[in-house]
Amino acid sequence: MTKINGKTEAVAGLSIAEIVEKFGYNPARVAVELNGNIVPKAKYAETVAGENDVIEIVSFVGGG
Amino acid sequence: MIPSKGEFFNGLAAKHGLELQKKFEAASVAVCGAGGLGSNIAIALARAGVGRLKIIDFDKIEITNFNRQQYFVDQIGLFKAEALKENLAKIAPYCEVTAEVAKITEENVKELLKGFPIVCEAFDKAESKAMLVNAVLENMPETYLVSGSGMASLNSANLIKTRKITDKFYLCGDMESDVDAGNGLFGSRVLVCAAHQAHTILRIIAGEFDI
Repeated sequence: MTKINGKTEAVAGLSIAEIVEKFGYNPARVAVELNGNIVPKAKYAETVAGENDVIEIVSFVGGG
Repeated sequence: MIPSKGEFFNGLAAKHGLELQKKFEAASVAVCGAGGLGSNIAIALARAGVGRLKIIDFDKIEITNFNRQQYFVDQIGLFKAEALKENLAKIAPYCEVTAEVAKITEENVKELLKGFPIVCEAFDKAESKAMLVNAVLENMPETYLVSGSGMASLNSANLIKTRKITDKFYLCGDMESDVDAGNGLFGSRVLVCAAHQAHTILRIIAGEFDI
């Protein structure tokens, strides 16, 4: 199963764009790593999660 | 009388050790944003003896900054990057500081950060943080990046941590306290996050890459 932020999720076959939307993240506030590599913003729609992929979605919050 | 460069170096080496001090002196760090995070991070790095800092910020100092940002009252209205350079000169006179009054965008990020192997994200807006992090990770794969997210609210300071997200991307903060959710921004807690970021940068310079 695919892992997102350490949790097992049934998302294999979905694109990064779909995953970001499914979990309620604001695409303008995230950085997404797939197996340790950044997924370029321009490739969210075409990058598809596989069964053994490890995805990290960093969602930034305001303040500094 | 300002002490000589050698006297300063020796003073720092007496606290940090000679080998480490040489590494700090040879290091170059770009600090993106000179607000609550960036002004405190820059001061911590300059005090440690980091040799070269670039401060990038487009904003001016205003009254609401004083709970957490390292400026003086007579600097209200000045550009933060330039005012911080002045303040750093009084703290660490041999730190080579470049002040860049500029807004970092996807288009200029590579040019602005060229020559800086370590980049510190110290913005306030979530969208700006995400833009910079994506731009650096996508376009500058050799660069170490230390970012901060989640330091608002009066929640426990112990919730603020450093995480290593990828090989060269470190993220400090509690990851969730958002000013946009109505949380206040308290200087003490912002400083905890700034200290995490500054300390992570010093560890990277020292060759300590684990968290």
